[in-house]
Amino acid sequence: MVVDAPLLRWIVALPALGVLLNVVVGRRVAPAAKVIGPGVLLGSFVLSLVTAAQLFGLAEGAALADRVWEWIRAGGFSAEVAFRMDALAAVMCLVVTGIGFLIHVYSVGYMHGDPGFARFFTYLNLFVTAMLVLVLADNLLLLFVGWEGVGLCSYLLIGFWYDKVENAVAGKKAFLVNRIGDAAFLLGLFLLVQHAGTLQVSALAARSGSLAPWALPICLLLFVGACGKSAQIPLYVWLPDAMAGPTPVSALIHAATMVTAGVYLVARLHFLYAMAPAALAVVAAIGAATALLAAVIGTAQNDIKKVLAYSTVSQLGFMFLGLGTGAAGAAIFHVVTHAFFKGLLFLGAGSVIHAMSGEQDMRRMGGLRARTPITFWTMVAGTAAIAGVPFTSGFFSKDEIIAGAFLGAHAQPLLGVVAYAAAFLTAFYMGRMLFMTFFGELRASHEVAHHVHESPAVMTVPLVVLAAFSLAGGFLPIPHLIAPSIGHPHAAHAAPWMMAVAVAVGLGGLALAYWFYVVQPGLPWLVTGRIEGLYALARDAFRVDALYDRVIVRPLFALADVLARRVDPGLVDGVVNGAATWVAATSHLTRRLQTGNVQHYALSFLAGAAVLVAWLVRRG
Amino acid sequence: MNPIAFLVLAALLVVAAVTVVLHRNPVHSALALVAAMCLLSVFFIALDAQLIGFLQVIVYAGAVVVLFLFVIMLLNLQREARALGSGALVVAGGAAALAFLALMVPGLVRVAGPRPADVAAGYGETVALAERLFTVYLLPFELTSVLLLVAIVGAVALAKRTT
Amino acid sequence: MPPAPLAWYLVLSAALFAIGALGVLVRRNVIVMFMAIELMLNAVNLAFVAFARSRGSMDGQVIVFFVMTVAAAEAAVGLAIILSVFRSRETTNADEIASLRW
Repeated sequence: MVVDAPLLRWIVALPALGVLLNVVVGRRVAPAAKVIGPGVLLGSFVLSLVTAAQLFGLAEGAALADRVWEWIRAGGFSAEVAFRMDALAAVMCLVVTGIGFLIHVYSVGYMHGDPGFARFFTYLNLFVTAMLVLVLADNLLLLFVGWEGVGLCSYLLIGFWYDKVENAVAGKKAFLVNRIGDAAFLLGLFLLVQHAGTLQVSALAARSGSLAPWALPICLLLFVGACGKSAQIPLYVWLPDAMAGPTPVSALIHAATMVTAGVYLVARLHFLYAMAPAALAVVAAIGAATALLAAVIGTAQNDIKKVLAYSTVSQLGFMFLGLGTGAAGAAIFHVVTHAFFKGLLFLGAGSVIHAMSGEQDMRRMGGLRARTPITFWTMVAGTAAIAGVPFTSGFFSKDEIIAGAFLGAHAQPLLGVVAYAAAFLTAFYMGRMLFMTFFGELRASHEVAHHVHESPAVMTVPLVVLAAFSLAGGFLPIPHLIAPSIGHPHAAHAAPWMMAVAVAVGLGGLALAYWFYVVQPGLPWLVTGRIEGLYALARDAFRVDALYDRVIVRPLFALADVLARRVDPGLVDGVVNGAATWVAATSHLTRRLQTGNVQHYALSFLAGAAVLVAWLVRRG
Repeated sequence: MNPIAFLVLAALLVVAAVTVVLHRNPVHSALALVAAMCLLSVFFIALDAQLIGFLQVIVYAGAVVVLFLFVIMLLNLQREARALGSGALVVAGGAAALAFLALMVPGLVRVAGPRPADVAAGYGETVALAERLFTVYLLPFELTSVLLLVAIVGAVALAKRTT
Repeated sequence: MPPAPLAWYLVLSAALFAIGALGVLVRRNVIVMFMAIELMLNAVNLAFVAFARSRGSMDGQVIVFFVMTVAAAEAAVGLAIILSVFRSRETTNADEIASLRW
């Protein structure tokens, strides 16, 4: 049952209004941006709460709709600017606006004094607007608009400090890699329009039967798009580079919201994927592979933000594993809990960097436990959640995913084992991060050590709020709430042995990290000395970037070079100039007919007349 | 007309025409043209076109060719050293004219119908021509008169000395 | 003896026309070229009259009437042009009045 809810458009409109206000007023009136930015987010969050409450008050499977205007009508195809909030969208909305609000508040402190302060909030609000359009879109075309919008904002925000070339390059890389995914996405949309005639999600669900023969290619193409946006193999290479942007950006976009768009997309289209089990198998396999690969790379990183970046890629892999094994509810649950603890971890890292006067290398940190207590304890909460310490939010969501891998509708036990391995490494490297940063002696210079201080309240309060959710959020009945929107997946209940293994893996990883980095600090060097080659590979992210450069980027540039320097001047200009030359040459020849001598003209008259006569006579 | 008479007169006509075309002295060409006109007039009368025949002599031989002679005298044209143009032109022109002739003749022969023995009374006389001219062909008649006016004005304007 | 058949008149007309055409093409003197044009016009007149006689209709003769009139007008104007050209160029040679060329 669908209820009309005109409030929906305001959820999206408020951040958009924030953009406008920030552009117009933000720079002139100095304190304006720090009120407008978080303010519109708070408003949006409140509206989301109100509408979500209204929605959950209705019968199960109901939805709220808001049709704003008719956008495209071409032949039999039509797409409207219309919003639709079902249970899944409601949950995503609350996550985006709620965590978005906290990160906006944090940014007021983090970006204090930055000359681009107002611009930052403009871009951030713009991002939230696009993300909300993506989440609340009624049809896939509008969703794609939001999809592209968040990609644009990602580019703008990664390269926010654009006077440093590397930041701009990182932004460009993110955009281009995303583009590859977007091309596949578009192809999938084309196929959908061709075979279903519509892109409206509810209409597609109703007509899903007729799409069955085409489900596999469409699902695979859309999944490639999701890989681009959600950083899965082979399109994950942009995410680690994206750490060039300010830390709140990493927290909001590259942990909590934008990167989950791919997961959201697949969950939204569950009815299509249900018809193509092969596609689901691919999704699960890539998810698991990515989870393990990223975990291995993360173990060997020394930049605190890079560790968290690879951790995000790895956790996203877990989410896709959940989707692929038929545990979509678990996947979305993990989206929510991941938003809590990864957002927290990034903001905490930001706090650490802030305290360390900009230092990001963990080898030069240490001993911050006493000097930044609030940051420390909230980071402990986040680390516990991601490692899967019992009863934290991460414990519940990861547990459900692994249960799905072994017992779900499309179970793949082998991938479950891979997931355990990745979970072990996750616990290990997150513990490593915690212990290297906060324990032991401070390994920084005297200058830096002198300036270490706890962050202001505007930054620590969001940390505390997120820590609370990281610990207790596991008790939110997310899978139950969203079940109607994702086709009521069979909720697999973890067997006791699974839970035991998960706990062992999590605690074991943390314990090992403690052993390596607190008890016996010389141990890591010994180990890496033994496996030097492997360690170097992991540290260099298996040289995937170099591979891409060699196989894709350089040939493209060579091709472009040939086209620009040979084909364009030679062929294109050649054709154009050649046409002109040909005309000139032809006229050079034909102008000799104009001799000026009347008798020559008379001769041609007579010849022509003779031909005419011959024809007439022949005709009889 | 009697076929023998026809052949004789036709031969004379062709000779006159060739003289017009090939003689080096323009005055002689003009005189040959007069002869051709008069011979043609004979043919017209033989074809029961009496008025046309007379008009041929009066207008063509009597006015047009005289005009030609006036101009020749005015320009004081002499006997030319070379009558014809370049060799290539002669060959091409000759070939074209010959081709034209060769193509026309069979067609014409095929098209020519039998000669009716008798024609209506008054055929070819002034009254018959006038009857046609002032009823069916009235518009061309009027237009032609305007054309003559324009030609007069044009000729005067073009031939005036500009000093 | 039966009168000469119509076809002979037509063949004569064609021959005159061809001779006139030859004259236009090969003579260098523009006045003689003009005379050859008059010859061609007369050849056509002969054909018209012959056909009119063959069909017993006066229309052919009316056309000849008009041809004669227009030919006279054209001769007048054409000779006026030749006079004008002669005044500026001192020549009646067709080859030398060929400056409107490429």
